[in-house]
Amino acid sequence: MTSNLNVPSDRISFSISDLQEVARRIRRNIVTMIHKAGSGHPGGSLSAVEIVTTLYFKVMRHNPSDCRWSERDRFILSKGHAAPLLYAVLAEWGYIPSEELMTLRQIDSRLQGHTECRLVPGVEMSAGALGQGLSFSIGMALAGRLDKQNYRVYTLLGDGECDEGQVWEAAMAAAHFKLDNLTAIVDNNGIQLDGFNKDIMNIEPLAMKWQAFGWEVIEVDGHSFPQLIEAFNNVKTIKGKPAVIIAHTIKGKGVSFMENNPDFHGKAPNSEELAKALKELG
Amino acid sequence: MAEISLREVYGKTLVELGRLNPDIVVLDADLSKSTMTRYFAETFPDRFFNVGIAEQNLISIAAGLAASGKIPFASTFAVFAPGRCFDQVRMSVAQPHLNVKIVTTHGGITVGEDGITHQAIEDLALACALPGFTVVVPADATETAQVIRVAAEIEGPFYIRLPRMKLPDILGEKYRFVPGKAGELKPGDDLTIAAIGVMVAPALKAAGLLQQMGIEARVLNVSTLMPLDVDAIIKAAQETGAIVTAEEHLEHGGLGSAIARETAKKFPVPMEMVALNSYAQSGKPEDLLKRYGLTAEDIVQAARRVVERKKR
Repeated sequence: MTSNLNVPSDRISFSISDLQEVARRIRRNIVTMIHKAGSGHPGGSLSAVEIVTTLYFKVMRHNPSDCRWSERDRFILSKGHAAPLLYAVLAEWGYIPSEELMTLRQIDSRLQGHTECRLVPGVEMSAGALGQGLSFSIGMALAGRLDKQNYRVYTLLGDGECDEGQVWEAAMAAAHFKLDNLTAIVDNNGIQLDGFNKDIMNIEPLAMKWQAFGWEVIEVDGHSFPQLIEAFNNVKTIKGKPAVIIAHTIKGKGVSFMENNPDFHGKAPNSEELAKALKELG
Repeated sequence: MAEISLREVYGKTLVELGRLNPDIVVLDADLSKSTMTRYFAETFPDRFFNVGIAEQNLISIAAGLAASGKIPFASTFAVFAPGRCFDQVRMSVAQPHLNVKIVTTHGGITVGEDGITHQAIEDLALACALPGFTVVVPADATETAQVIRVAAEIEGPFYIRLPRMKLPDILGEKYRFVPGKAGELKPGDDLTIAAIGVMVAPALKAAGLLQQMGIEARVLNVSTLMPLDVDAIIKAAQETGAIVTAEEHLEHGGLGSAIARETAKKFPVPMEMVALNSYAQSGKPEDLLKRYGLTAEDIVQAARRVVERKKR
């Protein structure tokens, strides 16, 4: 179930408990969609639920009935394997019908395993090959500046994704171009496909890397709505450089047996596991 | 015949287009003094983005600009795009069919002395592997200016390859480039010589030499490699019964491969391919063209072979 709001985002105000209820529904949809599809990426979808919920319900200006509205804030999902999360959020707002969520990854569905921008209203960029979203966002931020539009661009990266060299090409360029209308969020859940980041490819010290590249760095608990809201309010006041929010998260957050478990990076829950997950999520 | 730098023409055409259309933006990866996008940079500094030596970033930023309504021209050497950024071109440009114009210079072996690492002879195969792309190799300055203007007008991704060296202006002022159409530069019924880019002038020279031997070659400038002008190719196969292709590219995946694919399906005829089969080496462009078999004389030899085969 979704709320299917289908109104411009600035028409409604949401309390923290509203956001918690939305996040609960989104998590239920994520595990159910992936179970139904028989494949997908629950871990990195669940870890970023609060981040994306905060953006769509508290931060971004957007309008489900006009997804190409030129003044909309842009959300770029660079970690395209978290597609189920984005689809579930878009369904909450009525960009897509909530019934459609259960067609994920099936033939003739618009909901590709990784996001495809030409098929789904509200998806700004095709993603799946990692590392490209921040560069793409730079293009959007530069266009906004040229057109004297005051929209902002928010880009969600995975921490494993930061292994990609292109992320750092983009980090250098965004600071060079002084893009204060661009905010990156790193879903820092500490796990990539093959295991823990620290064992596969250590990306620490992550905050110092972004600082060294010329970014304002804010670190938050990525499951705390108040901390996320405050961080997104702060980045709007930073001038002359881009900002990155390093959101410390738990991979698989909300489902005990998926939490901090590399096995659920890219594995669907079976029927028993789904029942257990839904019971835990409430 | 005057020899003109196609890169110069590209750079100056961009400035003209920039004056007409404020949505045109140009990106380069630290090669603007060689690709000649520097003219645009000097005239419209706000609409020029130098991303440094970062070709992956170059293409994805261009894609983001295109997704926001801009018409980005992204330039570097042909050896770096689409090669160095193929995944970015594939996922961020080809699949969403974004309006990005990738214009590369220094294509082929005639980049010369810089050596094999800088000689792009696979770029057309890579570009032609991308559904929805329009792939163009202009033959001279006149055509280059027209191709750049057309690319700015038509929605959708383009890959345009230019050479480093100057080329003779062979097509003349009356020439009109039509995307997806091959231009017949000389009539003939004994065989067809289909050429692109640097090889169009030698193809015309070869046709003249063949004429002295009593062989009338039709010469086609197949500047749009994708989508290929299948009608003109099949008509040539039917009417002349033999085809020689000429390109400054590997035999795999370039003009010869594309034409053979279509004739094999619809009207097979004897073919010869004047193309590269290996990496080359440093050297003067004209010496390299001779050494690796890309001259008018090589086209003449191939034409005589294919006409012999046709008789069998």
